[in-house]
Amino acid sequence: MNIAVCVKPVPDPKSYDKITINPETKLLERNKIPMVINPTDKHAIEAAIQLKELYGGKVILISMAPPGAKEVLKDGLAMGVDEAYLLSDRFFAGADTFVTAKTLATGLKKIENFDLVFAGSESADGGTSHVPSQLGEMLGIPHLNHVMALVMEDGILKIKTKIENGYMDYEGRLPMVLGVVREINTPRYIPLMGVIQAQGKPFTVWGLNDLQLDPAVVGLAGSPTKPGSLHTPPLGRKVEMLDGELEKVAEKIIVVLHSAGLLS
Amino acid sequence: MLKFSEQQELLRKVVRDFVEKEIAPIAGKIDEEDTCPVELLSMTARLGYNGVFTPAIYGGTGLGYTERAIILEEIARYSAGFAMALMTHHLGVAAIQTWGNEEQKKKYLPKLCSGSVGGLAVTEQGGGSDFSGQKSTGKLVDGCWILNGRKCFITNSHCADINIVTVKTGEDEKGRPVISAVVIDENTPGCTPGRKEKKTGLRGSYLGEVVLNNVKVPEGNVLGKVGDGAKIALGTIGEVGRSGMAAIGLGILRACLEDSVKFSKERIIYGKPLAKLTNIQFIIAQNRIDYEAGRLMTYNAVGMKDAGLPCTPEVAMAKYFTTEAAVNAAKRTTDLMGGYGVIYDYPVGRYLRDAVASIPSGGTSHVMQLVIAGSELKK
Repeated sequence: MNIAVCVKPVPDPKSYDKITINPETKLLERNKIPMVINPTDKHAIEAAIQLKELYGGKVILISMAPPGAKEVLKDGLAMGVDEAYLLSDRFFAGADTFVTAKTLATGLKKIENFDLVFAGSESADGGTSHVPSQLGEMLGIPHLNHVMALVMEDGILKIKTKIENGYMDYEGRLPMVLGVVREINTPRYIPLMGVIQAQGKPFTVWGLNDLQLDPAVVGLAGSPTKPGSLHTPPLGRKVEMLDGELEKVAEKIIVVLHSAGLLS
Repeated sequence: MLKFSEQQELLRKVVRDFVEKEIAPIAGKIDEEDTCPVELLSMTARLGYNGVFTPAIYGGTGLGYTERAIILEEIARYSAGFAMALMTHHLGVAAIQTWGNEEQKKKYLPKLCSGSVGGLAVTEQGGGSDFSGQKSTGKLVDGCWILNGRKCFITNSHCADINIVTVKTGEDEKGRPVISAVVIDENTPGCTPGRKEKKTGLRGSYLGEVVLNNVKVPEGNVLGKVGDGAKIALGTIGEVGRSGMAAIGLGILRACLEDSVKFSKERIIYGKPLAKLTNIQFIIAQNRIDYEAGRLMTYNAVGMKDAGLPCTPEVAMAKYFTTEAAVNAAKRTTDLMGGYGVIYDYPVGRYLRDAVASIPSGGTSHVMQLVIAGSELKK
């Protein structure tokens, strides 16, 4: 079974306090923030490797990201992925989810040989949950998002998806696109041998010309979603100074806390 | 300029991920309970840490001492105590890897790389540095060594499966003791842990006695030749042990640096973060300087070892500097945090205790100075 896993480098959640948004492009400023594989994408990689361990075949990673993402994708190779494809070109910058899915779908069609496509159900930075479904539509194959469990029986995939107050069961045949949630598995720790092997695994970088895409239909230029204006709500604290004698101040504090609903 | 390879950078990242998830959350608990999480040594074995510098043909990862120092630094960032347990396991591995014959390497190294815990028992009541004064004995009887004695201050005393012990196996023509190193297999009758010490720091690893009571091992369990005990023990401790302690000191230094920065940004005093105060910035700067200097010295020393160069003085300098600097950095960071620095909700008190306990491990700072001076005076 050949499996493709779509991954997205996202700002390291440990550095969220350093994230800013460019007021003109409305995009996250990622330059000074360490990037990591999107957390749910790691679960997608784990799901793919587990299936490969059961049924053989190979697992590839595919990502649309700036050239610096190579270091991030190496994590996936070290986990046990066989090969990585990075779709990277300055024309791809600023893509919305639709154009991201289109670029990934073009890359996957060029790779051709896959039975199953995994992705994280949503990214830690955008959080739209759009891409897995868009990708399925663009590839013309069935797709399910929020997959929390998965088994294969007699060539049939038995899939459990997470819904608000429970889960839903599905059955389907390959090929499919599946967006997974954290509950599906626990990603493995990377062994040192994986680190060593990652250095020698195939790593392909494709740009606009390799994918034979028109610059007008990719990146910010090709994105139908145009972010509107940004508004940052004031986060300052209201300060009220209480003057007077200590006992009077204490009484006022009781009144203030009571009126704020903090005392019964 | 110190520059790690792409592979070493990735290694650091994956080790950090493991440490932050598995070791950091229990670091306070294992310190408080003064216990060694032996099950974590099984996990680190599966991940390749236990045999990091052992060739792949013996079941190891086939990397070097630089990678080992990265692993120990990352672990010691959160738990110098547990790093001490792994560091000491590496002493057993290194002794067999360096001085063992092919049969011994094939027998013991795959076990030590895959989960059996190693130990090296040298020190006796007279002290580790009085090597020739040790009293434990090995007598050859009917093709077997019969070992007797009591080793003390031995890390992994209560969890090691495969022990290497030094014993007096005779005297030379001038009446000087002949000391040999002998491997004791797991579950060998008569080899038992004795008293378990309560330590100031490096809690998270066992420290105690290894008692030898008529322990019978095959004649072929001698490492190297009869009489090579000093070379094996001092060589292993001198380069592998002390470089490991330098990396552990480095981990404590980084903990002090990161915690001093975090606390000074979060703590608001007089309406502004502590970090705005100049004297606080002096502390942070000194922590950074010490970490940077320790980093350069430690990775230079282990880089020399990986290159096959003699490095005993460089390792001694790194060990001396990082452990002494870690004590000072932990004290400074405690000062920076005021009252918060001395309560158990914050780990800086542990950093101080761990740093103090790192100084006698592998030889005190005074012994390091003797090694360094001796090397200079020979020139």
